[in-house]
Amino acid sequence: MADLFDLLIGKEGDRDYKKKPVIVQGITGKFGSFHTQQMLAYGTNIVAGVTPGKGGQKIEGVPIYENMGEAVAATGAKISIIFVPAKFFLSAAVEALEAGIKLLIAIPEHVPIKDALTVVDLSKRKDAIVVGPNTPGIIIPGIIKIGIMPASPFKPGNIAVISRSGTLMYEVSHNLSLANFGQSICFGIGGDPINGTPLIQAFDTIRNGANIDGVVVVGEIGGDAEEMLAQHIIDTKFDKPVVAYIAGRAAPKEKRMGHAGAIIYGTYGSAESKVSMYAKANVPVAKRPAELPMLLAGKLGKGRNK
Amino acid sequence: MRLLEYQAKSLFADYNIPIPQGLTSTDIEQGRKDAAKIGFPFVIKAQMAVGGRGKAGAIQKCHNADELELKYPEIMQKVVKGEKTRAILLEKMADIKKELYLSLFLNRSKRCYTIIASAEGGVEIESVKNQIIHEVGLGNVDTKTAEDVGKEMGLKDKALAQFIDILQKLSKITIEKEVELAEINPLAVLKDDSIVALDGKVIIDDNSMFRHDELRKFQEVSELEERAEKSGFSLVELDGNIAVVGNGAGLVMSTLDMLSDNGGKPACFLDVGGGATTDTVYEALTLISKMKKVKGILVNLYGGIVKTTTVATAFIKAYENKLIDMPVFARMSGAEADKSKEMLKGSRTKMFDTIEEAINAAVIEVNKNG
Repeated sequence: MADLFDLLIGKEGDRDYKKKPVIVQGITGKFGSFHTQQMLAYGTNIVAGVTPGKGGQKIEGVPIYENMGEAVAATGAKISIIFVPAKFFLSAAVEALEAGIKLLIAIPEHVPIKDALTVVDLSKRKDAIVVGPNTPGIIIPGIIKIGIMPASPFKPGNIAVISRSGTLMYEVSHNLSLANFGQSICFGIGGDPINGTPLIQAFDTIRNGANIDGVVVVGEIGGDAEEMLAQHIIDTKFDKPVVAYIAGRAAPKEKRMGHAGAIIYGTYGSAESKVSMYAKANVPVAKRPAELPMLLAGKLGKGRNK
Repeated sequence: MRLLEYQAKSLFADYNIPIPQGLTSTDIEQGRKDAAKIGFPFVIKAQMAVGGRGKAGAIQKCHNADELELKYPEIMQKVVKGEKTRAILLEKMADIKKELYLSLFLNRSKRCYTIIASAEGGVEIESVKNQIIHEVGLGNVDTKTAEDVGKEMGLKDKALAQFIDILQKLSKITIEKEVELAEINPLAVLKDDSIVALDGKVIIDDNSMFRHDELRKFQEVSELEERAEKSGFSLVELDGNIAVVGNGAGLVMSTLDMLSDNGGKPACFLDVGGGATTDTVYEALTLISKMKKVKGILVNLYGGIVKTTTVATAFIKAYENKLIDMPVFARMSGAEADKSKEMLKGSRTKMFDTIEEAINAAVIEVNKNG
């Protein structure tokens, strides 16, 4: 599989080391243009945008192309971020993957499951990484921001944050930064039932690639990703500190709590099930987001997770 | 969107999956007419989006007109796990030999559709024994797979042939209607070896509704939920008296948890989406003003890009226009927090630096006022 950090940062000696080119799909929309400006301000190397019918124009100084084929041919970019409305997501994503994009950040919310599954299927055949849909994106503080997150909560450091929720990722990172736990990467999985990069895969990508002292996993009710991760931590004897948070303990069953993926059926997806599996993996679960830095400090203080 | 039993069955009927003769009503007058058409004895089934109806007495047998007069109104009044009866299905009784379990569902961690079947159905899925599990990619079930599953369940001859047909039709529904779960439990083998769907649970992917106008007739949203959806919010109405508002589903869920931990009772979950502007917050307050039970509003906004002053402006406008008169307890992080506090001095909106402080104040104040 394509290597996330190689795509995001590259290797020392690369001509574009720490300046990897990024294409924005849906760059002329209100949302797309605003966040293009924000990403540029952070230092992200946005080299092209795509909006059908607006090829040849410029926005924020970034050239616009008619389609992904042209944009990739002109720039050689391997990373793309999608801002189009949910009903156009499938065609935008297919276009990107067919054009050779290897890291696709899928921002849209409300993407149908069938479309997400189709994109996941294609990404496997194309050896590409899809992050999202319904994700805030990825940030490596101080180096690259590909997403809709504000810049202020994040500081460079050695803690990895993986989150199913956007605003909770900001909140938790803000708390970590205040406690002097900077972040090596913050990875938004997305709030949908189908994730381009599921929790367990994000975890493996990060443990193998990032220089980390510990991992913070921000989860929520719905599905069994946290349970699978806990088992995976046990099976692979991961020995660095992991702390977690789970939102939705007070949520009623069978009600979709904002995120398409945040729904409990019977015991499937309940907070209790996740907390008890984490306990088996020796992963403490914070009651409040603000408790996470304390739990992390405790774990780091004790040294390796034995 | 979760379909009620009779709605799921009408979908089954569209695809020629056998169901028992049944009629749906919402008042006893219509119920009497339906009873005459079906003929005693039959089953009275509460139509509600929740499992465990049988145990709760929301499904009962009915043998004669006297029983109908007694049981129809009783079942119409039933509330099971907070869900009210929305309609009554009268259904012909079946001559059951064996109850099976069959479902096709979206397996989130495997990222594919999966068949679960069992020869021991009729109980809730958690208690279904000897589950036969097959992964089927995007939901297509070929004849060979359907036959393998049927044989594993011990079905033969006529019953096996019918099972294969039903499973393939269920697969067609799953793909064409974009369902997250299609469950038949029990799927009954009758004395004559024919098979019928005695119950049906179908959950449609909400995000696919824009291309399924034919399913809109099943959509039952409250006026408030509809308005919330139009504004791009997510709203879940709850039983308590403190409305919980925030930006981002995770953040609002987290606020709900902390409020409950501190003895507060949430009246709703209201996520106004990632950003927050004067307009979105004002619209959120408008929705809340229509919920009679609300005695206080708890607001948790993560700013970042948004200036908190834009949000403070919404509160000031809401009081000026007499949209709301209850207290607001707000935590807003982000730019210009001090300026917002200054703006809100003397108003009924109190600003706090942490959500914990806002929750404590909200619980004390709302409990004091009863």
